[in-house]
Formats: sequence, C-alpha cells, structure tokens
Amino acid sequence: MSRLVWINALRFVLLMMLQILIMNRFNLYGYLNPDIYLMFILLLPFETAGWLLLLLAFFTGLTMDIFNGILGLHTAATVFAGFARPFVIKLVGERPDYDTTTQPTLHQMGVKWFATYAAILLFIHQFVLNFLDVFSFAEFWNTLFRIVLSTAITLAFVILFQYLFSSRKA
Amino acid sequence: MRNVYAFIVRYHFVLLFLILEIFSLVLLTRSAQYQQSIVVGAGNRVAGAVYALSDKVGNYFKLGKVNESLAMENAILRQMKSVSFMKTDTSGFWIKDTLYRQQYHYVVAEVIHNTVGKRSNYIMLNKGRKHGIEKDMAVINPSGVVGTVVGVSDNFSWVMSVLNRNTRISAKITSSNEMGTVVWNGLNPAYATLTDIPGHVKMHRGDTIVTSGYSFIFPSGILLGIVQDFRVDNGERFYTIPFRLSVDFNALQYVYVVKNLMKEEQEKLEQTTEGVKDE
Repeated sequence: MSRLVWINALRFVLLMMLQILIMNRFNLYGYLNPDIYLMFILLLPFETAGWLLLLLAFFTGLTMDIFNGILGLHTAATVFAGFARPFVIKLVGERPDYDTTTQPTLHQMGVKWFATYAAILLFIHQFVLNFLDVFSFAEFWNTLFRIVLSTAITLAFVILFQYLFSSRKA
Repeated sequence: MRNVYAFIVRYHFVLLFLILEIFSLVLLTRSAQYQQSIVVGAGNRVAGAVYALSDKVGNYFKLGKVNESLAMENAILRQMKSVSFMKTDTSGFWIKDTLYRQQYHYVVAEVIHNTVGKRSNYIMLNKGRKHGIEKDMAVINPSGVVGTVVGVSDNFSWVMSVLNRNTRISAKITSSNEMGTVVWNGLNPAYATLTDIPGHVKMHRGDTIVTSGYSFIFPSGILLGIVQDFRVDNGERFYTIPFRLSVDFNALQYVYVVKNLMKEEQEKLEQTTEGVKDE
C-alpha cells in the first residue's frame, strides 16, 4: 500500500515539473495545449476513495493554477475530471473481479482500454478547461477545435509516456 | 439528525464534488471579474522562483539572439542620445520627451513565463513592486506593445498579454489618425484585430497601427502591428481589420515596463471633470 503512495507522490512531482517546465512551452500554432498533468489523476489506483480522488484533483489543479496565473481555471476542470473518473471507468469497463491489478495503466489494462479511458477523461478535462477560459459560447466552433486538438496531442503524449516509463510487471 | 448524517455519508462523493467545484468556480469568476490574477502570496513566490530558475537555464541557449537584438537596440538608442537625456542606473532609465512634455520611466524586465496557446495568456516578469512596477503599467519591447501589468508582488509581476480575450487597447492608424480598439480573437498568436474604424475611412495594406495615447497607460505611438487584409462586414458600417502583430510573442525575452508619471494627474483630472461634464 505504501509503495503505491510513494509511486504516486513521485509521479505527481515529476508530472508537475514536466508540465510546468516543458509542456507549457509547447506553443505550436497556438492551439495545441498538452495538459499531461491529468495523467496523475488517470493513473491513481482503482481503489482510491472518492473523496481522496476529488481532493487530489483539487490540489493538482490548484498547483497548475498557481503557475499559470488564473486561480480556479485548472482547479475547476481537474476537479470535474476527477468527479467523472468513476463513471468513465464504469463506462469503459471495470476490471474483472478476479483481477488483482491496482493501477489503470496501459500495461495492466491493455492499449484499447487505456486509450479509450484516457481519451474520454482528457476530452472532458479539456472541454471544461477551454469553455471556462472563454467563458461564453460565442466562439463555440473555434473552442471545440481547440479542445479536440489539445485532447489529441495530450493523449499522444500520455500514451507515449506510458510506453516509455511504465514497467511491465504487475 | 441521523437522517441528515446518513444522507451526507451516502452522497459524499457528489457533495464533496459540488463543494470543491463551486469553490473553484468562485475563485475563477473573481479572477476573471477583476481582470487580474488573484495572486496568492506564497504561491506566487514559489512560481516565480521556479520560473526564474528555469528561465536562467533556458537563457543560455538564447544568448546569441539576445545579443544581436541588444546590439541593434544600442545602435538606435545611441542615435537618440542628442534628443533625450538618459540617466542609466541598474534598473531603469528616463526619457524626457520634450514634444509632449510627458515623462516616462522604463524598467527593464525579463520574461520568465509566457503562454500563447490559451484564450487568455499571461506573462510573468522577474521584477516587481521593489523595482517600481505597479498595476496598470504598460509593457512594451523594441518591437511594440506586449501587454499591461495586472498583478504585482514584491519581486514578480503578472502581465496580461495582448493575446488575451480581455485585451482592449486604444489604437490609431498612423496615416489617417483614425481611432479604434485592438482586440484578440484567439485564433492566431501572430494576428490581432482592429475594430471600431468607420467604413468610410480609406485603408491600405501596409498601414501601421500604433497606440493612440488616449489611455493613460500606453504612451502614444507605440507600434502594435501592420495591416494585411481588411474587409467591411456586410451590413456593418465598421471595418474588422486583422493585422499582423509587430511583437513575436513566441520569442519574448526582455521587455520594458513603462510608467507614465502623468497618469495620476490625468486620472484625477478625469475624475473631477466627470461631474462637470454631465451638467
């Protein structure tokens, strides 16, 4: 149990640093916003209590906001994604009861499951994030375009990092 | 009472979510309303320190380019020496503009954080209150307008970039002196839009757009961009003019924060005459 705590704590710090120092500078064309920090919420163990999930989402989002200037933007989007996570897991498919895997990683759950799970949550996250940023529905299609592109590039990075850094053992 | 307790326990997930989400949204609306980032003191210090350090590391790789632009600027400034007097100290210098009898103080600052991909982009500078920077000061660089200061702490400042949905800069077309407003529509970090120019005005590709000087923030004549293509909206009597921004927001390195020393006097005068004007 405590091993999981350490893994996740380390994951949090690394992801925050990666996002702040490198991903935030990804300024191609102005549309692509890889917000890979959501990976932290994605990879939290299946058994994470609901309240803990929400609180962790809150602090993850808040940390991003502190480095980005507008308090509340990422916080609201990440909390929402955290709230949606259990429903998305149910939607994509709970792991079978006999399965002892603890983390929803690509290696443990398979590419198809993981890609679907990540894509849905990332999309929800980007959706809330971008519409809150614009604060109106006036530029709907423009914003939607931005959401789709950001989701796509974030998904690409998330899957890439899963292949690069996740070990194959249970 | 037990029923209430049972209810809370049963629906704790949704309830906690609502509490946290509403709290975040309140934070957000407060930030958006005052068009400033509510900078948490300790948080800003941490963010500032992290960005300052990472900027130092990144700077090393940009030295060549920076040297080049600084050398060019030096040449321009040397030429101006006979017209204005400059007192250089470590953080700023004065330029006395005898034509308009205004005095501007320039503080040099380094950009330690910048985004162009969001709808509301903000820039963080490595100078703050201690260096004379205050809210509502203009931020420019040798190429043109960069933004406005929206938040200040002791050692760092937050600047609302031109690439921001809240941007409204009073501007004019140099050739005709027609006044308009510059906004950013979020589509392209290299282009902004000039609005409120009446349709009867003659426009040309290549016209320059500069600050009008009508806001008390920006000195007049600072370059915003160059007109590329324009059109009159059918049915509207005003132009919507997309123009290429003169500043490359992808390559921001050094900026000047401009203090207009006449600002307080101008604002006070405006306030006192508000009452008189309505009579």
